[in-house]
Amino acid sequence: MNAAVLYALVGVGLYSLGLYALIVHAHLVRKILAINVMGSGVFLVLVALARRGGEAGTDAVPQAMVITGIVVAVSATALALILVVKLAAETGYATLSGNRQE
Amino acid sequence: MTQNEWVLLLMIASSLVPGLMIFSLSEERVRLRTTLNVGGAVLKTGLVIWMLLGVYRQQTFELRLQLLPGLELALQADALSLLFVALSTALWLVTTIYAIGYLEGSPNRSRFFGFFSLCVTATVGVAMAGNLITFVLFYELLTLATYPLVVHRGTEAARRAGQTYLTYTIAGGALLLLGTVWLYTLTGTLEFIPRGFVASLGDEHHSALIMIFVLLIAGLGVKAALVPLHGWLPQAMVAPAPVSALLHAVAVVKAGAFGIVRVVYDVFGVEFAAELGVMQPLAWLASFTIIYGSLRALLQDDLKRRLAFSTVSQVSYIALGVAIAGPIATIGGVVHLVHQGLMKITLFFCAGNLAETLGIHKVSEMNGAGRRMPWTMAAFTIGAFGMIGLPPVAGFVSKWYLGLGALEAHQDWVLFVLVGSTLLNAAYFLPILHVAWFREAPESWPEERDYGRKETAWALLLPPLVTAAMALAAGLLAFAPFSPLEWAKVISPREFYQP
Amino acid sequence: MPAGSAVTGVSWGALLVLLPLTGAMVCFLWTRAARILGLSTVIAVCLAVAGLGWQLLQEGVYHHAAGGWGAPLGIELYADGLSLLMLIATAAVALAVSIYSTGYFKRARAIRFWPLWLILLAALNALFLSADIFNLYVTLELVGLAAAALTALGGGAAALRGAMRYLLASLLGSLSYLLGVALLYHSFGSVDIAMLAARMESSPTVWAALGLMSAGLIMKTALYPLHFWLPPAHSSAPAPVSAVLSGLVVKASFYLLLRLWLELFGSVSEGIDNMLGLLGSVAVLWGSVQALRQTRLKLLVAYSTVAQLGYLFLAFPLAASAMTAWNAAAYLVISHALAKAAMFLAAGNLMHFAGHDRIADLDRMVQRLPLTVFAFALAGVSIMGLPPSGGFIGKWLLLEAALTQGRWDLVAVVILGGLLAAGYVFKVLGSAFTQAAVPQRARRVPASMEWPALLLACAAIVLGLVTLPVFSLVTIGDAFGVDEVVP
Repeated sequence: MNAAVLYALVGVGLYSLGLYALIVHAHLVRKILAINVMGSGVFLVLVALARRGGEAGTDAVPQAMVITGIVVAVSATALALILVVKLAAETGYATLSGNRQE
Repeated sequence: MTQNEWVLLLMIASSLVPGLMIFSLSEERVRLRTTLNVGGAVLKTGLVIWMLLGVYRQQTFELRLQLLPGLELALQADALSLLFVALSTALWLVTTIYAIGYLEGSPNRSRFFGFFSLCVTATVGVAMAGNLITFVLFYELLTLATYPLVVHRGTEAARRAGQTYLTYTIAGGALLLLGTVWLYTLTGTLEFIPRGFVASLGDEHHSALIMIFVLLIAGLGVKAALVPLHGWLPQAMVAPAPVSALLHAVAVVKAGAFGIVRVVYDVFGVEFAAELGVMQPLAWLASFTIIYGSLRALLQDDLKRRLAFSTVSQVSYIALGVAIAGPIATIGGVVHLVHQGLMKITLFFCAGNLAETLGIHKVSEMNGAGRRMPWTMAAFTIGAFGMIGLPPVAGFVSKWYLGLGALEAHQDWVLFVLVGSTLLNAAYFLPILHVAWFREAPESWPEERDYGRKETAWALLLPPLVTAAMALAAGLLAFAPFSPLEWAKVISPREFYQP
Repeated sequence: MPAGSAVTGVSWGALLVLLPLTGAMVCFLWTRAARILGLSTVIAVCLAVAGLGWQLLQEGVYHHAAGGWGAPLGIELYADGLSLLMLIATAAVALAVSIYSTGYFKRARAIRFWPLWLILLAALNALFLSADIFNLYVTLELVGLAAAALTALGGGAAALRGAMRYLLASLLGSLSYLLGVALLYHSFGSVDIAMLAARMESSPTVWAALGLMSAGLIMKTALYPLHFWLPPAHSSAPAPVSAVLSGLVVKASFYLLLRLWLELFGSVSEGIDNMLGLLGSVAVLWGSVQALRQTRLKLLVAYSTVAQLGYLFLAFPLAASAMTAWNAAAYLVISHALAKAAMFLAAGNLMHFAGHDRIADLDRMVQRLPLTVFAFALAGVSIMGLPPSGGFIGKWLLLEAALTQGRWDLVAVVILGGLLAAGYVFKVLGSAFTQAAVPQRARRVPASMEWPALLLACAAIVLGLVTLPVFSLVTIGDAFGVDEVVP
């Protein structure tokens, strides 16, 4: 097993961990964090798998993709956070069901 | 486009365009609305006469529009479609006049007449459909256009009746659609041709064809009120009288019966259908419906409900005539399409007059009604005699040909059905006539309206008199050229292989 | 941008993305004229779609390398008949919704609405014009973000919750999709759909990618059982936003799934098509029953969307009759887009008029808002699949394909779904005839809100009569991979 595959597997692990957290946690900030962890996992997979063949150096395309992906993730997180703030201001709870504050 | 294509298009447009225009009119524009209504009806009548002459001279009327690759919408006019078109157009004209009188001063008339026109558009489309897909299209349109009429009064009862009506007809429409698509996947065509287009399929498809037949007849049987699919019809009686007339005589029930005629003759071919073994069960079902409807009618005190069950019974004569599967019975069945329409619409107009003028809704309230409203009750009497089948009213002609046809096709048992039904018809109509003409009138009527020296408004009185006269004429002049009977005699031979 | 004298010389595809994007910026900066600017931008987009259509008819499939950088490094725009069809549907719905919005949104909310809406439009157009799976990810994300923000526009707890749920579901879907993209890139070294199609072969990695991407897109398309986010989001958003969400946004992810399926996965995915068909069937029945049970108008319409989306997935197991099944799916997509948008706009009018959306208390709406009820009824005809309407054509083709292949289970689903749809459509229309116990506040509805709904509904009906042009449009570029030419 070379380093690239290892990194990719870690990425998949992060993705799964994030997915698990997204489902089990009720608090919205935790959910948003979970989404970000998932995103990082995917980026890791992308970058790790970009090392193809070794000698030819790294492939630039996945790196470009990751940068784009980070931009998207940042905007998504910003939007999600403002929604949480608004929701908490409106209902007093930062959960979707609105009856439990973790 | 050729001249004849324009005629077909105008046939549709002459009620569709006024209908759409009426929707946009405000409630007070009575005169313009009446002009549009009657103008459209008169124009349509003229077009029908034009087409009658044209078809008589062997001209072809056809209009096609590509719907899907390999599938066209087609309008056409053959002898059978003209029979139905002529009936619905003529009755639309009188019903429109009646409705104008009946609904005078009531709310939402623009909406009512708009849907009324759409309803006739759909009926004419059903009649002139040149293939099954076009038929299905207009058949569904008819369902949609009649729903607002059934719930027109907006009461809770009307809404429930509307729901029942929709449940039945939408489910029936779904069965019809399924049968149609299935047939299309087998044959690749849906065009109506005399003696049908499915006979050429191999034996391995016969069980599928029987299923398709059942689906199509079940889908059509809902509107034709074949037992056990008739439940919506008596409930729909909450609608205003012109709507009942329309449902029973002009449009809905007739569209179902007409569809059965089309499917048996021009899709399957009556001889092939008999070979499949589906005609005999249809005959039994129709006979059962005839007897059952009459029995139920006997038990009703509400006049309109009694008439409704009478419709259930009478419309099945058409299916019976078809199912006997002989050329003479065919004449009887097809001609009854017209005769039943003329007689039943007379009866409903009269029932409406009694309700509007005197507030009579029940048979038990009709004592002496004949003395108070002699013209109305005279028309009613002609209609009732026709239903019983007394000569010389039109109903006799239908029954005569049905009986002859049954004997010719060696189905003697049908005679018992005819005799039994005639006795039952007499049993539920004669008491009405008896009390109306020979009993003393009560001190006061349930809810009397004063029309001065006339017994009721002329717009209410004229239509039943006209239709009663037509019913009488169709019987008396049965052998005159262009009579319904003569026309049916033209249709019948096309559907059988000549020996 | 290469400028030319002829219509065909202009790069309409690039304009389709640039116009609304620029419009969004300008609306954001110059708030006082947001309404008029927004509407003009949308009209310009409609013209650009017409231009692109003309170009496609003249020259066939459209390619444009943005900034002169083509695939594999740069961004390449691509349009064939299927993309054009989606763009036309988008433009039609967008125009109606925009006219509607001029009346619907008052000053403060209008300022927020127009920039977001134009960004959403740009993202949708870009999605339909993209030909590489990574670009598609970016556009998908943009669509999701803009749509979630629009959902929250109404304010209030229900809308915020709906938007939050929607955003989380959407992000989850996109991330699954992106992971799939990473795996595909690793396997084949490209993100261009055409190149991938050429190199495609079955392997465990491809299977994993297929699973991840499909799951993500199914989530975004709200196929049962991943539909949970749709009813709250679509029912709590403002009416024009609901119309766009139900009409267009869910169709975008379905379009993407269809593309991937047709060009990449169709050959390597035995068994999954039946799985999708099964889920679709459950969605049709379950969604319709749920719709029938609702007492609130907007929730009813939203559940109807869940059911109607199910129909789209019935095409997958029928793919053996490729032409019929895919045409059915395409037809259902566009007719549902028009009809459901019309329905939501009409529902918005009823709500605006009465101040509530309790179905049982719709007091004699037929008299009081005839145009709106008529629009709802016409849209309902298409949703029920009664002739003549786009919905009927779609259903007819589905039935034809199912009967040809002897799939009686799917036949039953299509028929039952139609009956249930009739049930919920007439539940609304029936109440509109009767008198309600509760008096209503009866606020006037401007014509700019009634006519767009009616015209959209009419378009859904007319669609049922113009099948041949639509079918011949789809054959440009042969998206369905069928060689037979429509006669």
